[in-house]
Amino acid sequence: MNQPRVETQREVGDEVRQTTCYMCACRCGINVHLKSAKVAYIEGNRDHPINKGVLCAKGASGIMQVTAPSRLKAPLRRVGPRGSGAFEEISWEEALSTAVAWMKPLRETAPEKLAFFTGRDQSQSLTGWWAQNFGTPNYAAHGGFCSVNMAAGGIYTIGGAFWEFGQPDWDRTKLFVMFGVAEDHDSNPIKIGLGKLKARGARVISVNPVRTGYSAVADDWIGITPGTDGLLILSLIHCLLEAGKIDLDYLAQWTNAPLLINEAEGAEKGLFVRNAESQPFVIDQTSGHPAPWDGKGVQPDLGAEWQGNRTVFRHMVEEYLKPDYAPEAVASRCGVTATRIRQLAAELADVAFNHAITLDRPWTDFRGNEHPNMPGRPVSFHAMRGISAHSNGFQTARALHLLQILLGSLETPGGYRLKPPYPKPIEAHPTPHFVTTPGKPLTGPHLGYVRSPDDLCLLPDGSPARIDKGFSWENPFSAHGMMHMVIPNAHAGDPYKIDTLFLYMANMSWNSSMNSARVMEMLTEQKDGEYVIPRIIYSDAYASEMVAYADLILPDTTYLERHDCISLLDRPISEPDAAGDAIRWPVLEPDRDVRCFQSVLLELGARLGLPGMVNEDGTAKFKDYADYIVNHQRRPGVGPLMGFRGNGEAEGRGAPNPEQMHRYIENGAFYQAHVPEEAAFYKPWNAAYQDWAVKLGLYETPQPYLFNIWSEPMRRFQLAAEGFGPRQPPDHLRARLKQAMHPLPIWYAPFGDEDAAFGYSVHALTQRPMDMYHSWGSQNTWLRQIKGHNYLYLPTKIWEGQAFAEGDWARVSSRAGTIVVPVAHMAALNENTVWTWNAIGKRKGAWALDADAPEATTGFLLNHLISELLPDRDGVRLSNSDPITGQAAWFDQRVRVERVAAEDHPRGTVEPLFERIPDPPRADGGRGQNSSKNFAKSFRKLLVPDGETSR
Amino acid sequence: MHPAASVILFSTLSGLGFGFLAFLGWGALAPSGWVAFFLWALGYGLAVAGLLASTFHLGNPKNALKAFTQWRTSWLSREAWASVVTLVLLAPVALSDIFGLVLPRVIGQVGGTLALLTVFTTAMIYTQIKAVPRWHHWLTPVMFLSFALAGGAMLSGRVVAPVLLVAVGAVLWAVWRVGDGAFARAGQTMGTATGLDRLGVPSVLDPAHTAGNYLKREMIFVVGRKHAAKLRKIALVLASIAPALVLLFQLGVWGIALAAVLHLAGALAARWLFFAEAEHVVGLYYGARG
Amino acid sequence: MTALPQSTEKKLGLVIDLDTCVGCQACVTACKGWNDGGIGLSDQDPYGADPSGTFLNRVHSYQVAIPDAPAQVVTFPRSCLHCDNAPCVTVCPTGASYKRAEDGIVLVNEDACIGCGLCAWACPYGAREMDADQGVMKKCTLCVDRIYNETLPEEDREPACVRTCPTNARHFGDLADPDSAVSQLVASRGGYDLMPDMGTRPTNKYLPPRKKGPGTASPLAPLLDIKASGIAGWLDRMLGKI
Repeated sequence: MNQPRVETQREVGDEVRQTTCYMCACRCGINVHLKSAKVAYIEGNRDHPINKGVLCAKGASGIMQVTAPSRLKAPLRRVGPRGSGAFEEISWEEALSTAVAWMKPLRETAPEKLAFFTGRDQSQSLTGWWAQNFGTPNYAAHGGFCSVNMAAGGIYTIGGAFWEFGQPDWDRTKLFVMFGVAEDHDSNPIKIGLGKLKARGARVISVNPVRTGYSAVADDWIGITPGTDGLLILSLIHCLLEAGKIDLDYLAQWTNAPLLINEAEGAEKGLFVRNAESQPFVIDQTSGHPAPWDGKGVQPDLGAEWQGNRTVFRHMVEEYLKPDYAPEAVASRCGVTATRIRQLAAELADVAFNHAITLDRPWTDFRGNEHPNMPGRPVSFHAMRGISAHSNGFQTARALHLLQILLGSLETPGGYRLKPPYPKPIEAHPTPHFVTTPGKPLTGPHLGYVRSPDDLCLLPDGSPARIDKGFSWENPFSAHGMMHMVIPNAHAGDPYKIDTLFLYMANMSWNSSMNSARVMEMLTEQKDGEYVIPRIIYSDAYASEMVAYADLILPDTTYLERHDCISLLDRPISEPDAAGDAIRWPVLEPDRDVRCFQSVLLELGARLGLPGMVNEDGTAKFKDYADYIVNHQRRPGVGPLMGFRGNGEAEGRGAPNPEQMHRYIENGAFYQAHVPEEAAFYKPWNAAYQDWAVKLGLYETPQPYLFNIWSEPMRRFQLAAEGFGPRQPPDHLRARLKQAMHPLPIWYAPFGDEDAAFGYSVHALTQRPMDMYHSWGSQNTWLRQIKGHNYLYLPTKIWEGQAFAEGDWARVSSRAGTIVVPVAHMAALNENTVWTWNAIGKRKGAWALDADAPEATTGFLLNHLISELLPDRDGVRLSNSDPITGQAAWFDQRVRVERVAAEDHPRGTVEPLFERIPDPPRADGGRGQNSSKNFAKSFRKLLVPDGETSR
Repeated sequence: MHPAASVILFSTLSGLGFGFLAFLGWGALAPSGWVAFFLWALGYGLAVAGLLASTFHLGNPKNALKAFTQWRTSWLSREAWASVVTLVLLAPVALSDIFGLVLPRVIGQVGGTLALLTVFTTAMIYTQIKAVPRWHHWLTPVMFLSFALAGGAMLSGRVVAPVLLVAVGAVLWAVWRVGDGAFARAGQTMGTATGLDRLGVPSVLDPAHTAGNYLKREMIFVVGRKHAAKLRKIALVLASIAPALVLLFQLGVWGIALAAVLHLAGALAARWLFFAEAEHVVGLYYGARG
Repeated sequence: MTALPQSTEKKLGLVIDLDTCVGCQACVTACKGWNDGGIGLSDQDPYGADPSGTFLNRVHSYQVAIPDAPAQVVTFPRSCLHCDNAPCVTVCPTGASYKRAEDGIVLVNEDACIGCGLCAWACPYGAREMDADQGVMKKCTLCVDRIYNETLPEEDREPACVRTCPTNARHFGDLADPDSAVSQLVASRGGYDLMPDMGTRPTNKYLPPRKKGPGTASPLAPLLDIKASGIAGWLDRMLGKI
């Protein structure tokens, strides 16, 4: 018999449209295959700089997201009590006029009464600009509970950061070390990079309490105790110093190691010694005299002592050579043996100094010194939430940058490389703006980089100007705001009451808040017949847990139905070798009465008459978001998109080009401006790079700078805490500021460690799975089949210590609460740590899932254990955050774990179990249910259980 | 393997049916008139019920006729042929018995042998599955055939029936005895299934999907040890010892009926265990040896 | 038809690198998406209490206890291995299940499938799943509708799982050709068969995780005795080098 004929020439669809994914924050390029105007298949765009054709599990399931029945379908107005989920559909006109009626009086009287916070927003340059023009100081996105330690720790130290703002030189690095890296950000680029390392057989080491994912494929795993990464890193630095394995030339040329520190007692102590021109300077080795830090041919003396003032280098060496940092002194605290620490230090030094590489590329530095080639130390690092989500995360991030600096690998071939618009020193960033004037915009952007106490956002009485207390003495460098504190503070009226809370795609009544149960109460609590937080406007595309807690819902589109820009003004898609930006455009028409949130925001802006959003005659300046993307100019010639400006040929700078959107679409929805070869490394000091960056519009003049081993802004806060200067912190914060604001990277125990004294000795972590993005994945039937519920993973010590058995549960308690959850044993885990997958647990009835869905019955959150406030100390409760940046300290969490035998938990559901929220009106559709098409099948169903087909 | 009630019921009935048809074909009873009609109808009824059931079990029964094409390689296809040929061949024999026609007995003898061959082909469908070590043994067809022979002998009132019923018991005992070690003897572990035995001893961290799937429903069934031991005793007593004893008392038709009911109940229990205790190697990927 | 070909011209298959696979599940949904658009892979109770669907590729996660070393975690994709001696083929009563003579791909001809499930029983690897909606057996086709599909750009003529794999842990090629990239990988990295004793002779191979553990760099020697010489001594020794 012949083989059957197989259809091998199937046409995937009738059209391919290229846009940008939004199934997470990675922003990969996708080819959306359409068949009869419906999505037929989604794959990665091979030409795209981020994903180069590959696509993750989420991205490849986008088709189930854009058809999910959880999609909201029309504007809604709350008709029942808040939280009840009772809504009525209203028209857009009604929705918009309601929102304007709420917001307009606030703008005219007290703009700060509007708090506008956006979640995993990829349009922050618009939303921030909108809030600035509204005039409220109360704006931020979700960075405060996400990554600000990483961003700020990096920018204050090296003018760039881990996360997605740089990457190892994947093609050249020989040793790659990850600290606390899981699938947090830059997911496909990191996977592509790991693939490259694996193909070359390069070595990968992971420092992580949990050995899964990237840590699982690493060639070596160091199962560190959470919150001690900084200590381990400083111990590695100790080892390197002890052996003299540091790059002196690199330190002398590119860092502030040779700058002199003022050692005279007084208000200047610890600041740089400055010359008559207020410039810090170095001592030239050849002359022994002061010389400009940026002078051509100067040979800075690292060991100088001048008029009793010693160099940063000497302070640093003295600090880290202390026996406190010896491996033997830190081993037990870190949960890593001294031998292992010394081995790791030896490996780092071996690769950096015995296996150095050189690229044959001449270049000139900003001082005018010419270099015949580009030497590289091919050891690279990456770090993510594992180090950033601790109350010592900022300093830990700084410590890791210091390690890279000492090895001389940063921005060299084989090391960690920054992506445009980084490198960018803090001097090139704005300071925060907050002064409100009714009816007027703020004078500048909300978020920025504080240089000294003068830049704090404080009211004349010294109280915080922002509702989240961002940029206050509690968290001076909160460069991303503190979204996790907005609801608790607004509820407490501390520092003041607000009127309208305006949120965008932030699931604050569930997985995006600490202490979710309490947040639900805060949102529904009434006083004198009015809600304590009087009005809540919320925009989301889906029926998330937050919907029920809003008074007015502005339904957003899905990612395939909208315009967006992934802009250099915000968080672009650059690579070390190219600046990159991208767009989304509606490859599908919405089939519901929903609108792109950013277009709605612009329309609200126009109706409110916000500057920049209205023409002189008061009409709307922008038709929609797409119009804004093309025609808005932030500075003359610089707009949201850099490509195809002016006549279509201009890059970076140029007049708005009406054809721009069209050109992006033709180009695969992205644009890249390539860094010239001679500018590709040593970027902070490379004259060719600086010139290229100015030409592109990243900044107006070259911005060369030195890496900040010693942080002067931090020292200024220490000085304030010591009593110097006109602006003084409240007394209860002095000690904490003195400790945390050490100008050198240091380590202090995470605040959560204090709970150990109360019997909560176990560390509790969460980790984002690679196949889910926060709470979004569960509405996607392909993804929810992969992870529909979660376990708390227990290490062998706890599992065997309490004789846990398969099917058992655990009562997990913290100082804030108790949960009862299913458990599983995991051997490849730090012995004092338990963990689970993040945001798998769902509230009953949310996301269009049945109330008895496993996500709601056996899926759970750790959030209920995590307080947003630290325990009371002398009548004050501070935010459970990093004292420097306000980053939510999710991973400080300590718990107690007690076995609940399966037979003692017959109900088999997690606790607490919240009551079901009724479905809001939402779209139909979604994945079809099983249909029984014929008689035989129906009959079969009578005989055998569903899905059974046995002979 | 999942012990679907229907599979168990019908494979048991059809085995009994073909066993009885074998005895009828061989002329063990030589009935006539209504008695013949009744007996042949019983045999056909049991066998056809089994065959019908098998078509109801198909996901896509409209292609059922195609199942006759692959007799060169497929035991299922061979079973299809064997059963149809048996039923067709025995039809004139049955008519001959009912209406007193004198058809040469040799046709019945051929048909009766084919009936047993049908049972053998059914057994081979399971026996051939290497991935289910408990089934992959010559005792599987012996077991199916012993049930068919004992059941057929019992229904046709043969003197040898009690002996055959006791033999069923012995075979069942042997099947269990051998079967219990079969999976281990097959030598497959999570280590060989994943190849991770190169590294050490693997265990499951996360299932591939938390949701259910066809494989887990169909091939992974875990039966409690105590439950199985009890069922084995019940099966042994009901399928073998009890009906043999009943037959020894020679209580006539009613005795046979009582024995048949007991035997059938025991056979169902044994067949439930045949599936429920059979562990598919795919279970190794899920950390279940079952 | 259910007789296996004596030999096949090519042996197209996958090589899966367990040293590189991070278990991201990308291959799982890319496969689901592609084949849902082709042969159709249904889901039951998609938003309910007991969702269940047909997937042709699933990624497991194992922890491995290792003597004298910390436990390891290995993620493990599992799909059809396109065996040379495919037991799923010979058991099929209708000829729906077959192995192609030209490239060795094992396929189901759904027009002939009766949905008896026997092939799924015969497969030791759990490579086949009955689609509850269609009542016919589904399995990995090695994207036969991609690899020969001239409506796709040439570079895309590879299985969807391979094209999407972010870490490049999945490789596609002809394992009958000893010079092919996949054969070379298998040879150099010690690629192996799953359950070789089952006699199925799989085409797909798995590359084992490489040996893990601390590095071999020699320990760092202290520059000098800092306790004795103090920081000043250290600075002298260190900076004297410039």
